[in-house]
Amino acid sequence: MSVLIYTENFDGKFKKANFEIVSYGAEIAQQLGTDAIALSIGNVADDELKQLGTYGATKVLSFNDERFATLDNQAYATAIARATEHTGANVVIFSNSNTSKAVAPRVSVKLKAGMVFGVTGLPKNLDPFTVPKKVFHGKAFADVVIKSPVKIISLAQNSFGVTEHPSEAVIETFAADIDDSTFKTKVISVEKATGKVLLTDAEIIVSGGRGMKGPENWKPLEELAEILGAATACSRPVSDEGWRPHSEHVGQTGKIVAPNLYIALGISGAIQHLAGVSSSKVIVAVNTDPEAPVFQAADYGIIGDVQKVLPKLNEAFRKFKAEN
Amino acid sequence: MKILVCISNVPDTTTKIKLTADQSAVDLANVQWIINPWDELALTRALELKETSGGKIEKVTVMTVGTQSAEPTMRKALAIGADDAIRVNAEPQDAYFTAQQIAHALKDEHYDIILCGIESSDYNGSAMGNMLSEFMELPAVSSVSNIEIDGDQVKVNREIPGGYEVVEPELPFVAVVQKGIAKEPRIPSMRGIMMARRKPLKVVEPAEAEALTEFVRYEPPKPKAACKMVDADNVEELVELLHNEAKII
Repeated sequence: MSVLIYTENFDGKFKKANFEIVSYGAEIAQQLGTDAIALSIGNVADDELKQLGTYGATKVLSFNDERFATLDNQAYATAIARATEHTGANVVIFSNSNTSKAVAPRVSVKLKAGMVFGVTGLPKNLDPFTVPKKVFHGKAFADVVIKSPVKIISLAQNSFGVTEHPSEAVIETFAADIDDSTFKTKVISVEKATGKVLLTDAEIIVSGGRGMKGPENWKPLEELAEILGAATACSRPVSDEGWRPHSEHVGQTGKIVAPNLYIALGISGAIQHLAGVSSSKVIVAVNTDPEAPVFQAADYGIIGDVQKVLPKLNEAFRKFKAEN
Repeated sequence: MKILVCISNVPDTTTKIKLTADQSAVDLANVQWIINPWDELALTRALELKETSGGKIEKVTVMTVGTQSAEPTMRKALAIGADDAIRVNAEPQDAYFTAQQIAHALKDEHYDIILCGIESSDYNGSAMGNMLSEFMELPAVSSVSNIEIDGDQVKVNREIPGGYEVVEPELPFVAVVQKGIAKEPRIPSMRGIMMARRKPLKVVEPAEAEALTEFVRYEPPKPKAACKMVDADNVEELVELLHNEAKII
């Protein structure tokens, strides 16, 4: 028995979401009276692997194979299923990244292990194993029972937080012995922007809607993002109009985000937009219409024209940053 | 070449969610049903590929697991332009159950490309497409935001943090698609609706399959405190509240 946590690396480094799932897995392991074991796939330095111990992993299995430099769903799932069998894990934990979405369902089928995606907290019950999750994009919460002996869960980002369990992690090399014939996809090129704060990693997001009136008005919004070290985002009409790239669209069909602070500028707050941002810790809304639904979801609101309010906000935040 | 698009029949995304009195289920009476938004985009892209393929793509089939109540949604998919439809006659229980049913119903069929939406807008499971690929022992690419056919090869864009990769899978394969795959979902035309009535909709009886998860209880979201308003001429107050009260900056 053990809890296995798949910690995905990004160019050899772990991100906060990985430390969060290790913290979470360590807590479940404690409840079950067993060990939390992390699994790393790819080329990650020992110092980086050791960090996982800080969050409660007692052992780190490191599987380094150059064929795993890019994602092949079948190969990754086979490796994770083998590590699950190797460690005798009865709970396997993933983040809710795109890689997890690609791989965890295959592991589920391989091991006949029930899977719940987007879990929002610790198990409510260990037997039967019951976990909470959001359904209908936050319009309701549900308790889900996993009935199989092995359970797979992916944790919704920022729903548990990072907790330190000062311990030493033993690093163990793991060989999954994956046959070449398993690899059936080939990455032929990569396009990647560097140096930008990614929406899914951002602690603060500054987002613009139709109230911004046009792409030429985005400069002060970008300025605010720079002052706050934030990522920029937009509502669906904005990306549909081509004012901003589709990758910035936040909402039900775009990206689901969970930052500490979400600043909605000139966004009325359609139900589909709010579904994508409702997990934010604090929401600030600026809108001319006091009846806009965004104020139902917001913690702090300003009624006013975003074109006039934004320069004032920039000035106030800049002053605050200079003094703090 | 043949394309299959898996479709989930879901409540309209603007539906106000009500729970049954004992909170054991979502009350779905009087709900408007639609094609899951990601599946609808997948269907749109499949039809675009067929139309520009110069006859190379013979057929776009839509498939669902659902009771007879899912048929209006399948007819809508046919009205949008799918050539035929398959419905596995079972109440979907969880992704594991649904994927197993689809894999079983397809065991004597051949499709070159199988498209699934990355998530369903009701239970937000994000698992069916990739489970299906495992049951069918097919390669899969997930988070796909574009798909192109290039001779006998298929190339897809897979979203990664900060960008995308171009991936070439062996065929047949499963593409789990997301935002970007098609611009706007298509709306059925009057002619499409008339034609859809005569298009084949095959009903397949379900296989023996089990679910591994069960939704046992629901709760409404916790009520939110009222929004605190700040005067537009005093934005310093907002900065101060975010710093001292919310402690977020």
